[in-house]
Amino acid sequence: MKQQLNEIKQAAVAALGNVSSKAELESFRIEFLGKKGRLTEILRGMGKLSAEERPVIGQMANDIRSFIESEIEALSSRLDMQLLEKKIAEEKIDVTMPGKRQPIGKKHPLTKVLDELKDIFIGMGFEIAEGPEVELDYYNFEALNIPKGHPARDTQDTFYINENVLLRTQTSPVQIRVMERQKPPIKIIAPGRVYRSDAVDATHSPLFHQIEGLVVDKGITMSDLKGTLDAFCKKLYGDKTKTRFRPHHFPFTEPSCELDISCPACNGKGCRVCKNEGWIEILGAGMVHPRVLQICNIDPQIYSGFAFGIGLERTTMRRYEIDDIRLFYENDLRFLLQF
Amino acid sequence: MKVPLSWINDYVDIKDISPERYAEDMTMSGSKVEGVENTGENIEGVVTGRILKIEPHPNADKLVVCRVDVGDEVLQIVTGADNMKEGDFVAVAKDGATLPGGKIKKGKLRGVESCGMMCSEDELGLQEERAHGIMVWSKETPLGMDIRDYLGLNESIVDFEITSNRPDCLSVIGLARETAVTLGRDFNVKTSCVRENGGNIKDYISVEVKDERLCPRYSCRVVRNVKIQPSPEWMQRRLEACGIRPINNIVDITNYVMLEYGQPMHAFDLRTISGKKIIVRTANESEEMTTLDGTRHTLGSDTLVIADSEKPVALAGVMGGENSEIADDTTEILLESANFNAVAVRSAAKMLGLRTESSSRFEKGLDAANTIPALERACELICEFDAGEVVSGIIDVCAPLRPNTEIPFNAEEINSFLGTNIDKGFMVETLKALGFQINGDIVEVPSYRGDVEGMADLAEEIARIYGYNKIPSRLYTGTATIGAKNEKQHAEDLVRSTFTALGLSEIITYSMTSPQIYDKLSIPRDDYIEISNPLGEELSILRTNAIGSALEALSVNYNRRIDEAFLFELATTYHKGGENGLAVEKQQIIIAMYGNIDYYNIKGILEQLFEVFGITAFDIEPETSNPIFHGGQTAKISLRRQTAAIVGRIHPMVAKNFGIGKDCYAAAIDFDLLLKCIKLDKKFRHLPKYPAVTRDIALIVPDEVTAAQIENIFRKSKSGILENYSLFDVYKGKQVEEGCKSIAYALTFRAADRTLTDEEVNAAMDSILSELDKKLGAKLRL
Repeated sequence: MKQQLNEIKQAAVAALGNVSSKAELESFRIEFLGKKGRLTEILRGMGKLSAEERPVIGQMANDIRSFIESEIEALSSRLDMQLLEKKIAEEKIDVTMPGKRQPIGKKHPLTKVLDELKDIFIGMGFEIAEGPEVELDYYNFEALNIPKGHPARDTQDTFYINENVLLRTQTSPVQIRVMERQKPPIKIIAPGRVYRSDAVDATHSPLFHQIEGLVVDKGITMSDLKGTLDAFCKKLYGDKTKTRFRPHHFPFTEPSCELDISCPACNGKGCRVCKNEGWIEILGAGMVHPRVLQICNIDPQIYSGFAFGIGLERTTMRRYEIDDIRLFYENDLRFLLQF
Repeated sequence: MKVPLSWINDYVDIKDISPERYAEDMTMSGSKVEGVENTGENIEGVVTGRILKIEPHPNADKLVVCRVDVGDEVLQIVTGADNMKEGDFVAVAKDGATLPGGKIKKGKLRGVESCGMMCSEDELGLQEERAHGIMVWSKETPLGMDIRDYLGLNESIVDFEITSNRPDCLSVIGLARETAVTLGRDFNVKTSCVRENGGNIKDYISVEVKDERLCPRYSCRVVRNVKIQPSPEWMQRRLEACGIRPINNIVDITNYVMLEYGQPMHAFDLRTISGKKIIVRTANESEEMTTLDGTRHTLGSDTLVIADSEKPVALAGVMGGENSEIADDTTEILLESANFNAVAVRSAAKMLGLRTESSSRFEKGLDAANTIPALERACELICEFDAGEVVSGIIDVCAPLRPNTEIPFNAEEINSFLGTNIDKGFMVETLKALGFQINGDIVEVPSYRGDVEGMADLAEEIARIYGYNKIPSRLYTGTATIGAKNEKQHAEDLVRSTFTALGLSEIITYSMTSPQIYDKLSIPRDDYIEISNPLGEELSILRTNAIGSALEALSVNYNRRIDEAFLFELATTYHKGGENGLAVEKQQIIIAMYGNIDYYNIKGILEQLFEVFGITAFDIEPETSNPIFHGGQTAKISLRRQTAAIVGRIHPMVAKNFGIGKDCYAAAIDFDLLLKCIKLDKKFRHLPKYPAVTRDIALIVPDEVTAAQIENIFRKSKSGILENYSLFDVYKGKQVEEGCKSIAYALTFRAADRTLTDEEVNAAMDSILSELDKKLGAKLRL
């Protein structure tokens, strides 16, 4: 019997060498280990053995069984691996072909730049205020020290609804509305749509956006105005940006200034973008006119403040080098998806 | 305002300063320089010469050969011109010279050598139109002199942007004063000297001012034996540099003085003034007058005119009348130097559509003290040019002049306002140089500085001369504030981030639209807000609905052959009935799409937005009667029993009206209502510990039963264990009886604290099914 067992083992080893598929492996398993398999067959004759032989033969038969089983398992996983490798080879694709894209939408470029500005000012402790676009003449002009007949009204060609109601020409009326309802300290920006009856061309639009800023508190000086706006410019245009405050005139600020930054395109050397000046005007600002504070019942003897106004379209056009303001309102996706 | 630097130099010595530095310094002290133009920049190698001899050309009838003395040599020049004679002085472009039109080289003309060119006015760039012949003159001139020096072409013309508060700087003297202070130099204006020539002005004219509020001052002089001729070259050149066309000596003098003193002037031909009387009055209703430019105006009763005893002869401060214009044979003139009310001039100029050098100065408010100095300067020039005899006496009708403003002066206060530490001595010197008087701690403002009214104005004067850029920069040190967005602003961000993640792009459209948008949308015209002075009909009203704007954006994309467009806008609409006559401004979220999508795509987007907003329950029903939308593919969504959104397919006719050739879909969402229902306050829920049981059911329901009705019953299920439901099939056809449909849902049941038993789930199912049967006649499909 011992010999028979050894023969089976040898036969199994020999047969395994010829197995090359999972199906053959299964037949092999049945042939040797199945209910009617060769090993089982032999073991059926165990009863005829003596009591001494039985455990020895039994042990041997079990060893052979586990040997074959472990051989089967090893071969099985080798075969699996081969199959998998084959499959992987078959699944080869051209990985350089274009990827399949998920549709993605884009925020409007004006929104993107406005978001940046909001973040900068929120970081400096500003809140965001809002006000109506259809506005009273009083808030848009009168309270901002621009009485009827003031020449500044000419430079802001106004759309009127009636004698007293107009489409705001600037976001500055929000200053007045905020100061009327809130006591200092005030620290707000007010972005929004403004309207001027300019015929449409590459640089003019009857509707555009401004961001107004207002700070009112005790002891606010021109020095604070400069520091705040200087920090803003460096955040928006980079740390190396130089700023230049140039005297100007607005009826509702005194002193007033315009703020130029060193041209980001040429670092101030002079180029087409800055018309060879090396500087680009980016906003108007000034100390809130004492009369404006008075109109809002804020005592200019106690409080002072500064205000500024930024044109969003121009800022965005500079940021992305867009050369035609009309693109913002056409909403051509080939434009919108670029940003 | 354009000014040649040589003119400024008459008052402040700036010869040693380059135009570039001058422009920089002036800009930084508040007189912004827009540009500097150097005349004669493109002329080189052109000199004065004298024609010694003119001989016929041997080979050409129309050409002559000249010998021209240019000082250091005599050149032979061939020319086709015929307006010169021997002994004339000419401008000679020598070999290698540069002209605005190009380079000049010597060469041969029909076989005869020509060593240069005698230039015409247009070739030198002195005039636009072609000149007849070359430029010649007979006045003795040094030969070989650079033509730029001879003609005064080596001039820098500086273009200033003058802000509306500084009408005093719309003058050479005003700018010279700024120049002097900016550069720290002396500034001198000589008093004009007029040689009166007898007679008495009162024999010529009298002046009556009807309303001294509209005309605070009217000063004038009379000049007789006037000889009308061209003004001197230098004056013409200065006027041209400032953009004013020379006319004749008298008109040129009035313009010159306006530029120099900032005081507009006017000259009348005295013989056209009836009744020897000037009356400054408002026009009679529908009175007519033709201005110098030949335009006939019908005047209104608020237009201020200068009239004689019969008729208006000028629009006060705007433009003279054709009827009293200076002519070549004028012999007696009335020179007017007046002060008119700024608002009156502005509204007249605006109403008549006439904006002139004069009106643009008056409308900013001029100094009434300036009329006499300007008048005297004009008469001084008349004497100097020998252009006429100034009749003795001045008529000066003058309301009491406004006393000069006085402002308390406190250096400390100014420094603490500016955040500076500027020396008081510097402040005093600066103010004095600008024409302010300092009396102890009171500053007296000069009459020409009507813009200076208080401490802040003084601070600006000092700061701009001190240099804005020398003011220290400090980051705000006041009360600490917390910057943040409010809930609405956060919600706006959320709309944008949700939609962009879902593939929609944001659009921004005009608030103004055309009333015809309602026709295109096939809805009745709303009670919209109209703009009283629109740019055109197409932007004449404020939108009450933003769907039209979004459909226009779809149309733009469709017409540019873009395959699909998924757009959204956070739009404002404007409605009548706000407080104080203002608008009610509402916010709408608009979605507009075309492409490879159907109704359920856009509805899904809406559902996802609601989910992000924490709005899980809403009522939805078919909307069949909105004319903008397709009657069978549109739904109305309500929150708190108010319409929160309309979503659906755009009616094919409406799509066609907008020129969109594809099925398109839109949604209009009431953002204000959405904000009221928003629930962003999220709380963590434990992940389920016990397994779920899923049951699929197919229901046979009548066609008109909607999914919303069915789901409403699911939502109201009282079992408390129905976790979720999802529709997976809708079927009509064989095996489903006519007029009915099969609708299949997967229902998921789960309890948080135990594994559900079959009995529990069956009980829940039974109650749901019986409810479905009772309310909707729904049967389980077997």
